[in-house]
Amino acid sequence: MKIAVCVKQVPDTNEIRINPETGTLIRDGVPSILNNDDANALEQALQVKDAQPDTEVIVVTMGPPQAKEMLQECLAMGADDAILLSDRALGGSDTWATSNALAAGLKKAGPFDLIFAGRQAIDGDTAQVGPQIAEKMGLAQVTYVKAFELDGAFATVKRALEDGYETLRVKLPCVLTAIKELNTPRYMSVPGILKAAKADIKVWSADDIGVDKTTVGLKASPTNVFRSFTPRPKGKGVSVEGDTPKEQAANLLADLRAKHII
Amino acid sequence: MEFSYSREQQMVKAMLKKFAETEIAPISEEIDAEAKYPYETIAHLGNLGVMGMPFPKEYGGAGSDYLTYIMAVEELSKVDASHGVIVQTHNALCCWPIFTYGTEEQKQKYLPKLLSGEHLGAFGLTEPNAGTDAAMQQTTAKDMGDHWLLNGSKIFISGGGIADVYVVMAMTDKSKGNKGISSFIVEKGMPGFSRGKKENKMGIRGSIAAELVFEDCAVPKENLLGGLGKGFKVAMSSLDVGRLGIAAQALGIAQGAFDQTVEYMKQRRQFGRSLDKFQALAFEMANMKTRIDGSRFLLYNAANCRDRGLSSTVEAAQAKLSCSETASYVVDKAVQFHGGYGYIKDYPVERMYRDQKITEIYEGTSEVMKMVISGSIFK
Repeated sequence: MKIAVCVKQVPDTNEIRINPETGTLIRDGVPSILNNDDANALEQALQVKDAQPDTEVIVVTMGPPQAKEMLQECLAMGADDAILLSDRALGGSDTWATSNALAAGLKKAGPFDLIFAGRQAIDGDTAQVGPQIAEKMGLAQVTYVKAFELDGAFATVKRALEDGYETLRVKLPCVLTAIKELNTPRYMSVPGILKAAKADIKVWSADDIGVDKTTVGLKASPTNVFRSFTPRPKGKGVSVEGDTPKEQAANLLADLRAKHII
Repeated sequence: MEFSYSREQQMVKAMLKKFAETEIAPISEEIDAEAKYPYETIAHLGNLGVMGMPFPKEYGGAGSDYLTYIMAVEELSKVDASHGVIVQTHNALCCWPIFTYGTEEQKQKYLPKLLSGEHLGAFGLTEPNAGTDAAMQQTTAKDMGDHWLLNGSKIFISGGGIADVYVVMAMTDKSKGNKGISSFIVEKGMPGFSRGKKENKMGIRGSIAAELVFEDCAVPKENLLGGLGKGFKVAMSSLDVGRLGIAAQALGIAQGAFDQTVEYMKQRRQFGRSLDKFQALAFEMANMKTRIDGSRFLLYNAANCRDRGLSSTVEAAQAKLSCSETASYVVDKAVQFHGGYGYIKDYPVERMYRDQKITEIYEGTSEVMKMVISGSIFK
């Protein structure tokens, strides 16, 4: 079995601080990490490999050269190979353009029996790239996967919903996006680290993956970030006092009248 | 000379920092209060390759250099010194002598399970009357033709009763003094071998120390380690290696207590300002940081000497002396700066204060370190 895991290097949001004067994010010195949901995606692929040792797990990312460090960490966790799609032509891609590049990279590195991705990245929070890859590669997809079981040429998965889950049986090959409930990602091992630190990570350019350059990069991106800002912190809410719903409603009305809202 | 962490060192440190904060920090208070050996986290460290870090892959080790291993002990000890010493005793005092002095058969038999962490290792040298004066061994091993017969007892043995494999020193010829000591590989469950009293210690309470009792304990002939009469050499060279790990443990305690104090000083307010705004305290923190970083250089230099195959006995002694005395100074200030909160068990510095003391005592007291260092000055 051959499994791809799509991963992304993101700023560690636990370490981000806000400048109290300007209200903007302080990005300097913020460490970069493997995106949380992507670690769950990788863990699931590695669990398949634990059960079927002839499985090959390949991590794929698009990003700047420093994303190699994150790929080394994936190798140290147990991935067999890592591919970095990195090219100035790919820079500034939105989700549509990113999935064009990743789909091209996956086609070149494949074919894969399974493609895992994290549900979403903690920096962009779009949850679009995984599903877009599936669409562009013409594969079935299940998002928000919280449980996974392989049975022959099928996977039985639980897809989390807001108020429950649905169980789906999906034929391979397919794209699955993982959420944190799926598993607990393993630590890097010391032998894994020693091997990964010396590993030669493949870097593929836009030409290498043969992607149409009019479909990648900033210019090809149909969405653009117009402005980013830190939302003002919300004030403390008010809870309406009262022993019965009727009394609470009366208090609320009185309060609204006092403030001339009604 | 290069003073930067290699990529593999960065990753090992990052992995163990996360492991220590996620897996160990939540149980530290409990293993300390209940003197409970942390089987689960130690097994997990075994799976990650930490229980056989500085040994070659061919025997099941992770194949790291000694310096990176030292950093691992330091990283664990920042959060919990008990874990630091458990990893250290196993690697340096049991795996190392078997790897260094063992026959190929002994290595094949014992190392794979030890280095994977499936088996735990311990070291038996100290006796009631043989502490720093280790040559005063009273445990005897008698040649019975087809086996050895061990009689006597060992005290304060880290991992005693918990470990599966023990490197034990015993007299094979009393008339020869040091040269009459031999070392043996003894397995848990060998007839006549039992655990005696479990010690109630001041600190590192998650690491169990106990008495080992040998009553006509029959040890197979082939379990003699390093040759007849070579026990003193086996023991002393193991302690030499062990010193680096204890220095790393002490350094980790110092850094951990320092880091706790930095955070505390930033949030604790008295007289209308946080503690870090009091210059008398901030200057003392500057002293602490300088001594910690200086000790770290001594330690990494000593480990680097060992990795390069250079003699490192004096360097290791300097590293241990400096790291453990720095730790003593730092934990004292850390508790002081925490005020009353530093004296209660809700704050980790209380435990670190108790955990630190042993680093000036075991695997060679500070006085022994000074004997080694001064001996090299006035030789």
